[in-house]
Amino acid sequence: MNFNLTEIPLNYYLALSAIMFSIGVVGVLTRRNAIIVFMCIELMLNSVNLTLVAFSAFHGNATGQILVFFVMAVAAAEAAVGLAIIIALFRNKMTVNIDEINIMKW
Amino acid sequence: MNFEVIFFFFIAVSAVVSAILMITQRNPIKSVLFLIVNFFCLALIYLILHAQFIAIIQILVYAGAIMVLFLFVIMLLNLGDESRLTEKMNFKKTIAYVLSGIVLLEIMIGLGLPLGYGFSSMHPRAVEIGTVESIGKSLYTEFILPFEITSLLLLAAIVGVIVLAKKKFQ
Repeated sequence: MNFNLTEIPLNYYLALSAIMFSIGVVGVLTRRNAIIVFMCIELMLNSVNLTLVAFSAFHGNATGQILVFFVMAVAAAEAAVGLAIIIALFRNKMTVNIDEINIMKW
Repeated sequence: MNFEVIFFFFIAVSAVVSAILMITQRNPIKSVLFLIVNFFCLALIYLILHAQFIAIIQILVYAGAIMVLFLFVIMLLNLGDESRLTEKMNFKKTIAYVLSGIVLLEIMIGLGLPLGYGFSSMHPRAVEIGTVESIGKSLYTEFILPFEITSLLLLAAIVGVIVLAKKKFQ
């Protein structure tokens, strides 16, 4: 059996990535829970990672996968800092609903 | 339509369905679990793309570390469902869906998706560049400076998290 999975064109990966990114945008715009908004941002980061890996494999260039590595490192740091901010917010306002957190609103 | 294409479509559809379920669940814990399912589907797609290292890192870092952090925070804050705030803003939601549709259209046009760039098969070197050996070699030679700066970034994140999340002095 042939395990060389090269039959799927690049467009399929790009379309999947675009659809997942749009789902992340819908989540960011419609959900009011700060943690779920944060998870939607992770989903968008992952869809961009998929694009990078797909281009890397189809171009034969490893730089895209290196960039994905750095994106994951930044995403880990971002998740930790963001969740710490959410914990600090919850301690002060007793809510994570982003409609009620408007102290920075002008 | 052979086995590979059917497998790819199965994984892709489950990734999209789990993402949709993730943003529609009321309960944050269920959202996290569906996001983990989505990350596993993405790891399988990375394996189809011969990116072994990225697939393993995806499971270890995203599904293993970041999502556990999310679950931990949700259980720490003891959040309930957000049922009472979701019905009242239908007009804003319609605008949000329209805007997201425009974003999808823009991405599709930007990537040239109806026609694409004409890549129908992977590069012959795709198998060898995805290995740990190849990634590690370029990470420690060509990209050594960004790699070291990443450690500084993680250190700053650790210090920042401790400062942000600790209790205030009385």
